[in-house]
Amino acid sequence: MSRVELDDIQGLVRFAYKNLTEAVFLLLQVRDAVAARAWLAQVAPANAVSRIPPPSTAVQIALTSQGLRALGIDADTINAFSSEFVAGMAGDSSRSRRLGDLGSSDPSQWQWGASDRLPDAAVLLYAAPGRLEDLQRTIETQCSSGFQIIERLATSDMGGREPFGFVDGISQPELDWDRKRPAQDSTQLTYINLSCLGEFLLGYPNEYGLYTPRPLLAPSKDRLGILPRAEDATDCADLGRNGSYLVIRQLRQNVPAFWQALDQYVRGVAADRDLLAAALVGRTLSGEPLEPVQDAASESSATSVTVPPPQFNAFDYRSDPQGTRCPLGAHVRRANPRNADFPPGSGPILSRLARTLGLNATARTLDLEASTRFHRLLRRGREYGVSMTTAEALASQSDVRDQGLQFICLNANLQRQFEFVQSAWLMGSKFDGLHDESDPLLGNRIADKGGLSTDNLSLPQADGPCRRLTSLPQFITVLGGAYLFLPGIRALRFLSSAHA
Amino acid sequence: MTAGRERELRELLASMNASPGWADPRNALVPFGDFPQLHFARLVMLVDSTLADVQAYGLPPPRLPVYLAFIGDCDGSAPACLADLARRAGDGLRAIFAHCEGFQGELLAWMRSRDQRPAACYTNWVGRTVLQIREEAALQQLLSAQVNRTPLMSIAEAQQRRRGLRHYAQSQIAAGRLRLTSASPTPLGWWLAKVFNAIGMVLAGVVALPFLIALLPFLAIRLRTLETTDPEICPPPDPQALLELQQLEDYDVTNQYTALGSVKPGLFRRWLMTVVLTAIQFTCRHIFTRGYLARVQTIHFARWLYLDQKTRMLFTSNYDGGHQNYMDDFINKVAWGLNLVFSNGIGWPQTAWLIRRGARREHRFKYFQRRHQIPTQVWYKAYPGLTLIDLERNARIRAGLERNRMSDREALAWLQLL
Repeated sequence: MSRVELDDIQGLVRFAYKNLTEAVFLLLQVRDAVAARAWLAQVAPANAVSRIPPPSTAVQIALTSQGLRALGIDADTINAFSSEFVAGMAGDSSRSRRLGDLGSSDPSQWQWGASDRLPDAAVLLYAAPGRLEDLQRTIETQCSSGFQIIERLATSDMGGREPFGFVDGISQPELDWDRKRPAQDSTQLTYINLSCLGEFLLGYPNEYGLYTPRPLLAPSKDRLGILPRAEDATDCADLGRNGSYLVIRQLRQNVPAFWQALDQYVRGVAADRDLLAAALVGRTLSGEPLEPVQDAASESSATSVTVPPPQFNAFDYRSDPQGTRCPLGAHVRRANPRNADFPPGSGPILSRLARTLGLNATARTLDLEASTRFHRLLRRGREYGVSMTTAEALASQSDVRDQGLQFICLNANLQRQFEFVQSAWLMGSKFDGLHDESDPLLGNRIADKGGLSTDNLSLPQADGPCRRLTSLPQFITVLGGAYLFLPGIRALRFLSSAHA
Repeated sequence: MTAGRERELRELLASMNASPGWADPRNALVPFGDFPQLHFARLVMLVDSTLADVQAYGLPPPRLPVYLAFIGDCDGSAPACLADLARRAGDGLRAIFAHCEGFQGELLAWMRSRDQRPAACYTNWVGRTVLQIREEAALQQLLSAQVNRTPLMSIAEAQQRRRGLRHYAQSQIAAGRLRLTSASPTPLGWWLAKVFNAIGMVLAGVVALPFLIALLPFLAIRLRTLETTDPEICPPPDPQALLELQQLEDYDVTNQYTALGSVKPGLFRRWLMTVVLTAIQFTCRHIFTRGYLARVQTIHFARWLYLDQKTRMLFTSNYDGGHQNYMDDFINKVAWGLNLVFSNGIGWPQTAWLIRRGARREHRFKYFQRRHQIPTQVWYKAYPGLTLIDLERNARIRAGLERNRMSDREALAWLQLL
């Protein structure tokens, strides 16, 4: 088993660059392929090697399938990437339907990411306070002969909170950088947070112990020998190795609508408002889960919001099957149900057999959702716009300020990871046996076929029928989005070399 | 289908749809919505782009006509449903079947002469009728809107609230705003046939068992030989074909699936497939009749049908959730079951000991099944917006409503269903 080449992986896979609090994401289209390749060949993306002290700036480069075509990559190579990447996020109406990008979030309404506003490349710039302006000026000047900038996605530092006011980015999968988990297909009986590298990096075994398909090239196509060889096909050059798929979506958050709607439900009682907000999200404003955590020894201090304590991620929902503490439909429960491959239960081989055949009725009620470990996302988003306090949001008369999230996530399998989580879990109106509701934050509130509404939220109670919020307004609008390939650093050299 | 009339038929079928692949329940040809016994129906042209796969075994591709399949899932007897369709949608059906070879004479007799009995058939909940589903959905809507959702002061209050809702339901029934038709009795003949079938199958199994045990070493060797040499044919599906399938999906919380493929040549695979499907038919008739097919709780109806003297197989299903979810269930919950049947199909990802690997090999499996899936031109569902979990919950709401006595705990659990 070969070691992990940290110097060939773009740093974003390993780091969130939290100390680089300034960032801007440039969306580019190729103006001149030769000049574009020349710039890509000399730009130095930050890699995943740990440095002390950490660097004060970082540049990351990702390309869409349209971008690969514009750079002159041959069709066979491009088509060997995943079909979702090749088609693009806004590629066809059936994908938009699956992702819930309908109504005001329909790609026809997007500010970028559809038709002629689809980027070829994204250049992500991160910098320590005060350093971004210089970096951005340098990069924009350097790339201008090859690229034109179609959009600059600004970000702002909200101190680790997203615009609604919740501490964000707590739940992240831990990557198996040391490749300790055996590359094999075996059943996992408990939820674990450690993911095989192949879930986030191409060229490594995934949770099935398999290598995700990716462009494997005949060595004759890589005459200079730039690319690494594939682990699973040693006679092939692996264009995917150390690369990942990067999903970016600009999500505008209507903060006044969020707090004013909650305020109406609780008739202005501030304490109840925060409790209700926590029920929608599945965490308190400071990020504390609604389930008991495994190690509650060290109490968190409310001041250090940028680094939530690790126990905030050390829990699951096994002791709350009804959702009386954390509603089944809460945002974080939908996005990460923290279940295992198999419904819980104990006992000898007969009990296992009964659960395999579906004969155990209790197990069946706990077996409605897919196993979490195949559907994890590595989130790297940043907030944008001017943050607003709850009081400002409640007082706001104007409808919406432009603020929200530049959502970014990484995964090795767009269909099984990002698209699945977005469509089956977040948008799904029947998630975990629920009905008439979709994600309380992200839902587009569009009714199902048959006229059944999706703008409700049920809040189960141990001592009565579930409480129900109805007519939730839409809080989030998608303004743009794209699927990109975040190549390994040698792969980027290869793609920018003239004979690619 | 008559050669050369494919395009014409495609256009005719498209005219039945409200959106791509989704039948208008009141379409002019076969107004499915007028048939209260019909749960699901589909019209699908069985165009098989994988016929040449047998060349992997050195055999010439067979020359087979393209069939048109008309498939429905109904309450009561299938012949009666067919007769009803012929009587009330005869003109439309004649217009459709006029595109088929040898269509002449009396419609019903012609349809009956072409009726194919599936090798195995799964029904999520045997005995649950369309009428019951619709009435119970209406009941759920009424009670959920009516129930007092404040926390109970004491557990005893649960009984009180249930009584209140019972009165409310009775008043709604009296006012004609709600109907709860009692189930018609199961025909005695159906019960007898089921019991005789169970006894007969078990006896046959007991008789066959010693022979199977004696032959086991030979069968195992043969199986392993085939498993290690059978070719895998799992290229990525053609992007255009994939898009065509996706354009028919995700309009509702339920989707359709139709797949077609060739059976591996040789007697061993043919017999193995026959034994496995016989076993599946047995379990679907006697065990998996109450909401689940092993761990999968999202399939409304499924069918396995032999075509062309068992050289090909058609699989159809109606499932809740998106295609990705369905495939996830297949891989992570019942890969072993899929392998049992479909590893007898040409090109299936390599299995080990019949149930291991195979569908667990994620991408090969996903490519294989999409490549064998064919677009379903017309698809009808009688209760859009409802999943099997909804149907089961609604049935429990009704059962709880009609029960006379209940403990406090049971009354609370019942209220929580609302």
